[in-house]
Formats: sequence, structure tokens, C-alpha cells
Amino acid sequence: MKKYTGDRIKKDFQRNWSLYLLVIPVIIFYAIFMYKPMYGAIIAFMDYTPAKGVSGSDWVGFANFTRFFSSPYFVRLLRNTILLSVYSIVFGFPAPIILALLLNEVGNKKFKKISQTVTYLPHFVSMVVICGMIKDFCLSTGLINDIIAFFGGERVPLLQDPKYFRTIYTVSSIWQEVGWGSIIYLSALSGVDSQLYEAASIDGAGKWKQTLHVTIPGIMPTIIVMLILRMGSLMSMGYEKTILLYNSAIYETADIISSYVYRVGLIDQDWSYSTAIGLFNSVINCALLVITNMISKRTTENSLW
Amino acid sequence: MKVKKSTGERIFQVFNYVFLTVITLVCLYPMWHVAVASFSNSNRLMSHTGFLLKPLGFSIQAYIKVFENPMILKGYLNTLFILITGVFADLVLTSIAAYFFSRKNVLFKKPLMLLIMFTMFFSGGTIPFYLTLKDMHLIDTRWGLIIPFMISTYNMIIMRTSFEAIPESLTEAARIDGAGHITILVKVILPLSKAILAVMVLYYGVSIWNGWFWATAILRDREKYPLQVVLREILISNDSQGMNAGAVGDAEAVAQSIRYATIMVATVPILLVYPFLQKYFASGVMIGAVKE
Repeated sequence: MKKYTGDRIKKDFQRNWSLYLLVIPVIIFYAIFMYKPMYGAIIAFMDYTPAKGVSGSDWVGFANFTRFFSSPYFVRLLRNTILLSVYSIVFGFPAPIILALLLNEVGNKKFKKISQTVTYLPHFVSMVVICGMIKDFCLSTGLINDIIAFFGGERVPLLQDPKYFRTIYTVSSIWQEVGWGSIIYLSALSGVDSQLYEAASIDGAGKWKQTLHVTIPGIMPTIIVMLILRMGSLMSMGYEKTILLYNSAIYETADIISSYVYRVGLIDQDWSYSTAIGLFNSVINCALLVITNMISKRTTENSLW
Repeated sequence: MKVKKSTGERIFQVFNYVFLTVITLVCLYPMWHVAVASFSNSNRLMSHTGFLLKPLGFSIQAYIKVFENPMILKGYLNTLFILITGVFADLVLTSIAAYFFSRKNVLFKKPLMLLIMFTMFFSGGTIPFYLTLKDMHLIDTRWGLIIPFMISTYNMIIMRTSFEAIPESLTEAARIDGAGHITILVKVILPLSKAILAVMVLYYGVSIWNGWFWATAILRDREKYPLQVVLREILISNDSQGMNAGAVGDAEAVAQSIRYATIMVATVPILLVYPFLQKYFASGVMIGAVKE
């Protein structure tokens, strides 16, 4: 354990002063754009008005939080946020792993290459354009309804009906990210020791057993790290896409905490209240990350820290 | 040793190829649909239902309308300004940070790194961030889309990992010759880091090109709108009717093909550089995956 004693600090500064000088802009950057907003979050406990500023505004304790918890939207927002997150973990998280496993079994190099290139593609199309396309395809005269009508179904404007939002959101997210997400697993797969496969096949293990007992344990550390990271951004995910896709007709299922913060804060300019909601969200996020990391450390010995 | 495949394995192989082909087509088709529809005759497009395999007729009417919209060109210019300035500033500050954190025997490296890593998992939130930009007089400026986003901690860590892999003997040799840190960074480290710089240009570039949220949040003046915000008005807020001066009956039909042409104009440039950048994807993700 290093000790920050006066003597060591002096020596360190003598040796590295020019290095510290160089890094000052970086420290200023983090101080202003990361730590100042964290300090600024104390307006969640105030009745903040820009005219009075942070120092002049009155403290109100937890009033903004209780206002949120007793608001008629609280249950709806929490339910929508959690459900959308659960959907994206349950369906969205395994999808790139499965794609990587399948691509890994492809012997034809050319086919594999084309398949990869095409599936990465949607990741590079901007969110605004993706959502524009989704909106278009979901119109009652759009492509998806053409297919539904072809099979004898009835045409419905899909993005006007609360029933369909979560499905549209989840399916389109998988479409967007499945290829890009598979890269990391493919590189993990290429790192699995080929001797293990030989040993397994000498022991008479078929392809399926090899996958189960060699491949999956081999990429498990990667899977766990990705899962922990995913859990840590669970509650903050998806606000850009939600804001682009939703409309007041489907708030019932589509409005999530972060999109509500955007409306109440940036549009209605209810600063303190929206900061409180955002802070509530951040704290849950952080807690989820710590808990997942802890569980994973205990059970699989993989962890972020 | 050639192992004979069992029937089950062969069935799996067939299934696998079929399945992956379907996935590939599903990923490709929406783009294809948009491309083909943008060149189609707008009236025929309106009455058409189902998949589109080739253009219905041929018309560049929609593209003419798109380029007649001055906002598209302005949006492009604004985006280019933010992209070029932003990526340059991002690279400068990120490589300085990565350089610092890749040095050995620096006493305060660890506590500083912890403070930085903490920001990856906890933040003040959207509103305090916005109010900070306001305090810094960055509201309604294009710099407000550049300066606050100069370092992405994730990218910085990737870069640091790559700098750490450069043999110390090289930087030591430069030091003995009396080179300062800036000289070592610029003359020794960066020339050896072309691959990681390409990855950084890709990551920062894509996020600036695609960014719209903060642009909508801080820009008031329409003259400063980057492309994505203009696109949002056209594609999401359904503003395209306002764009075409055509007869009322045709308005809706033209509007749809204009939307498709707009998507093309905004997306094709990215897809054109895409093949050149593709070889760097995997390396970037792989370096990023290296654990602490």
C-alpha cells in the first residue's frame, strides 16, 4: 500500500511536475463537466430558480422527491422503465451472443464476412434516421401493416397503440445492435483454446456438448462483464430512442423516467423537480451496478472491480 | 484428421446457413427499401403495398426537393464544422489523458483514475449538466456541442490500454535525449498508435455525426442546427409537407419519397466511408475489452 507521505509527495512532484502540468486541462474538463453537475444536483433538494441561483434558492428537503413518489405518473413511469429494461435484457442481451455462436460455426469465410458486414450496418445509421424509418414502417399504410394485411390481419397504426410500443422498441433495438454487439463475443470466441475442443472431441463430445462445456465457459468472463455494464446503464438506456418514437397517445406504455425528465426539465423548465427525478434514477442505476457486480463476484469470481 | 460429421451436425449446418441468411436479409432489407423507394415514382409508391425489390419507375424528383431545402445544406455544413473541430479536440485531450494514465511511477495516478472512473457510473443527470452548460455560456453555440464532450472516459481507457503496450525503452530513450512529455507523446507515442487513433476517429466521429439530443436541447438558432436536428424535423416531426410546393393532392405522395430521399442523403456518406473503417472495428472493441 502506497502512503501519501509528505516526503513521497515532494519527490513525486519533483519527478513528475511537467506531467501534472500537462494533465491540468483534463482535470479541469472533468471538474467542470462531470463533477460540477454532480454538485449541481443538490438543486434536487431546493426550490431552484435561475434568478436566485444555487446559493440563493431555498432548501426544501425531500419535497421534490415526495412530490414525484406521490405523482400519478410515478407508478406508470417506474413500470415502463423497468419493463422496457427487462425486455431489453431478456431478449436483447442474449441475441448478440447467439449470433456470435452461430457465426462461429460457419466454415465459409466469405459468407461469414458478408454476414458480419451487413449485420454491423444498422449500428452506423443514426438514431434519428432509424426512428424515422421505424415510424414509416409502422404507419397503417407502412410495410409492417402491408405484411399483416397480406396474412389477413387488420391494419393498425402501430405507433398510436400503447400495446405495441415495447415490442417495436425491443425488436428494433435488437435489429440495430445485434451485429455490432456480436463483435466482442466473436473475438472472445477466437480466444478459446482449440486444444480444449480436441480434448473434448476425443472424449466423445459432440458439437452441442462442446458448445455447452467448452465454448460457453470460455466466453463466460466476457458475458459477465458485458452484463454488469448493461445493468449499470439499465435505467438510463433508451431515452433518445423513446423521445424520437413516442407520442402522447402512447405515453401509457412508452413514457419512461428519463423521457419524463426531459419533458419536465428541458421543456417545462421545472428544474428542481426534474433534477430530483433524474437523481432518483442515477442512484438506482448505481445501486444496480454495485449489486450485480457483488453477486457476480460471489458466484462467478468475475467482476468489474 | 478429418472427423466425419453426424447427421445432426449436418442438419445444424444447413439450418445455421439458412438462419444467418435470413438475419442478414432482415438487416439489409430496410435500407434497401428506403434506397429503392427514394428513386421511385412517388404516385406509384403511394399505391404500392408490400416489399419493394426494385424502383417503381425512376424519378429523382425527391432528391431535387431535398437539395432545394436550404436547411439540409446548412445542416451538413454545421455538422462538418462540429465533426472536424470536435474530433480534433477530442483526440488532443483524450490522448493527453491517456498519456498521463499510461505513465508509470506517478503517485497521484490511481486516485485520479478512480475519480474519473466514478463518472462512468454516476452522473449529476441531464438537468444539472444543462445548467452547467448554461453557466459556461455554451447555450446556443456550436462549441456547446464540442467542448463538454471532449473526453469519453470509455474511449480514454481504450487509448490508455493501447499506450501502455508501447515498450518503455522507446520513451526512456527519448527522455534521455532530453525530450519533454509533449514531444514524447507527439513524436514517439502517437506515430506508433495509428490503429488506435483510427478507432478513436471512428468512435468520436460516429457519436458526433449521430448526435442530436444535446443539439436540440441547447440550440435555439435554426442557422446552427446540425444535420441530425434538421433530419429530426423532417423525419420525426413530419415537417416534410411544408417542404414541397407541389399540388395539394400529390403532397402526401411526394412527402413520402422526400422522406426516403432525405434518409439517403444523410446516410450514404457514412456508408461510403464504412468499408474503409471496418477493419478497425474489431481491434477497437478488442482493446476495449481488456480488463483492468
